[in-house]
Amino acid sequence: MKKNRARIKSAKGLAGLQDKLLSAQDPNKTVITVCGGTGCLSNGAAELADALKKAISAKRLKNKVEMKISGCHGLCERGPVVTVEPADIFYQQVGRKNRDKDVSEIVELTLKKGEVVERLLYKDPVSKQKIVHYQEIPFYAKQERIALRNNGKIAPDNIEDYLTAGGYSGLAKALGMNPEEIIEWIDRSGLRGRGGGGFPVSRKWLSCRRAAGKVHYIVCNGDEGDPGAFMDRSIMEGDPHSVLEGMIIGAYAIAGGVSPAEGYIYVRNEYPLAVKNLRVAIEQARSYGFLGKNILGSGFDFDIRINRGGGAFVCGESSALMRSLEGRVGEPRAKYIHTTEHGLHEEPTNLNNVETWVCVPQIIEKGPEWFASIGTEGSKGTKVFSLVGKVNNTGLVEVPMGITIREIVEDIGGGIRGGKKFKAVQTGGPSGGCIPERLADLPIDFDTLTEAGSMMGSGGMIVMDENDCMVDVARYFVKFLEEESCGKCVPCREGLRRMKQILTRICEGHGKDEDIGLLEELCETMRLGSLCALGQTAPNPVLSTIRYFRDEYEAHIRKKRCPAGVCKELITYSIDAKKCTGCQLCATNCPTGAVKGAKKKTHKIDPKKCIKCGICYDVCKFDAVLRK
Amino acid sequence: MAKKVSAKSIDKIIDRHGAEPEMLIAMLQDVQAEYNYLPRPALLRIHERLEIPLTRLYEVATFYKAFSLKPKGDYICQVCLGTACHLRGGPRIVDAFERELKIQVGETSKDGKFTLETVNCLGACALAPLVKVNKEFHGNMRPDRVKKLIKRYSDEEK
Repeated sequence: MKKNRARIKSAKGLAGLQDKLLSAQDPNKTVITVCGGTGCLSNGAAELADALKKAISAKRLKNKVEMKISGCHGLCERGPVVTVEPADIFYQQVGRKNRDKDVSEIVELTLKKGEVVERLLYKDPVSKQKIVHYQEIPFYAKQERIALRNNGKIAPDNIEDYLTAGGYSGLAKALGMNPEEIIEWIDRSGLRGRGGGGFPVSRKWLSCRRAAGKVHYIVCNGDEGDPGAFMDRSIMEGDPHSVLEGMIIGAYAIAGGVSPAEGYIYVRNEYPLAVKNLRVAIEQARSYGFLGKNILGSGFDFDIRINRGGGAFVCGESSALMRSLEGRVGEPRAKYIHTTEHGLHEEPTNLNNVETWVCVPQIIEKGPEWFASIGTEGSKGTKVFSLVGKVNNTGLVEVPMGITIREIVEDIGGGIRGGKKFKAVQTGGPSGGCIPERLADLPIDFDTLTEAGSMMGSGGMIVMDENDCMVDVARYFVKFLEEESCGKCVPCREGLRRMKQILTRICEGHGKDEDIGLLEELCETMRLGSLCALGQTAPNPVLSTIRYFRDEYEAHIRKKRCPAGVCKELITYSIDAKKCTGCQLCATNCPTGAVKGAKKKTHKIDPKKCIKCGICYDVCKFDAVLRK
Repeated sequence: MAKKVSAKSIDKIIDRHGAEPEMLIAMLQDVQAEYNYLPRPALLRIHERLEIPLTRLYEVATFYKAFSLKPKGDYICQVCLGTACHLRGGPRIVDAFERELKIQVGETSKDGKFTLETVNCLGACALAPLVKVNKEFHGNMRPDRVKKLIKRYSDEEK
């Protein structure tokens, strides 16, 4: 790694450095990359990387092999992921069972002899074939990566890696353009905000540029709060320079020639690795002069600082986020005052989300027509979804807008776990809704999802199967929002509390016939009367489940039954005498002593003692515990 | 046990952030990291130095989940209740922790060892349901494994 980083004074200087870095690369050198995303790290990727590093130096391969720790590859289900270039080998679940054996085989076979370790390859669940190359894995084959272009390929803590991949070329090109021309390009590209609202980026930029102020603030929203969405984190962790480059271009387009600009990145409290990698990236960018005074000799000054959030979901809302940046409580304010005119410290402020910012350098480099050629009429480009829940391949997927839900769930996601029935997907986080399986051929874009009663949101896609109760899901989101509502406006604060009360009583078997109507009425009031998007969109999970799964609500209310077998108060556990072998495993594990039975004799559950914790159901090896 | 609060270390934190009121949240985060909670003397010192009313400090300290006015335990057990974890049985993991530790979410065990919290999403949904104890992740949790996990940390010397 080069530590000697001198300021680059022009676009030409940057191109020269990129050439130099490229020619210094040995194309025959083997590069082994260990994924350092949170999914892989929690499966032992750090220990694996240490072991590999030691083995490489012990075997004196240091001159032939370069080791990198990259950001997230996306296929978190199969972590830790290891790739070997230029042979293009993809290993999965490395070191999960036997780290020493895996490491020694990779070193001895792959690194020394160029052979493939068969047992570490990905096995396609459908064709049962082992797959060697990255792009042949169905999970990756249908993806088109713009925002995630560098994730898993570059070492996030090494700016030279980013430069070699063409990094900061977009910035150099942008600085040679007129700021208004950049905004016009963004307009032609059709880029819409990826944080949830889908607002046209160029319109926001232009109104911010035209607003008068002492300083223009450029903010990156990295307060990714939607549960089940982690693309922003993966980008900040795995490709932090793309975020910076996008922001610098944005700052120049918005404030260039108009007023001074200052940048902030607001990172969610739960993401310490993102903060660390962004900090390193900012330092490196400063030393090359991509940040600071007179960037690339253009005369434009800009710098970025990082603020950590305090763990409040509402701070993902733009005006709340700005209050939080000022060191106050994150309460939103009414929308008629535009933050583009009076935002942070009452100055013009432009806020975009992480995924939006990283699209910008690519649009400048490849041109707006290229970006606009991908996607649908109203939604251009790609979108990253975090595909989670009851699907086989959990992970991050980037797909062109217009792909269908079914293609994502079945082709990329590999279908539903355990051969269960696909029931619904939930998109858009707590502001989104549930879309039933029968609408799975819907092409996804900002507008179709809204029409279906859900929304794009930040791109969480939670897959549900026949064992998921839709009333419980609605209650989950309402409970989530009730806890996160800042309490400033009455419709949101009180509306959510009452909705939770009603949904809880339905789930507990005390629902009344008029409850569905009451919920709908409350939803309408909240939609119209709430101050910010948190309250305005809070009805979506409730309304969409009522719209598509009314029969489940009715089963809870009228028959006092939970068809999916989730709602604790409406289910009972019992033992199937035909299947029970009397192994006593459930009896030993039962925390309340509710399971009784002698060895090798059929067991019984005492319903009075049973707390419905489900442990007996989990531990039984013979499927003898019934849940109804 | 809780560390003694020294005015010097609080001043160091304040100065690290240039004593700017705008950096209040960052300062409180550092105090929280240092002491595992926001001790009253620390808040009084920040109030004096930054000339921020105590009521506003209290407002900020109670608004954000990252802060606590009571000391937290040695081991902070965070049960993820993101959507993926919820669907794969997260609530049952919370029940198991409450049962085993004999405390409710948000409380600290009597011996000061464990604090039980829930978190909205740790972003490692492939491992759902997920529990984080201090910096360690424990994926694919099951209620019957909670007891053993707690025991493992109880036996550890801290």
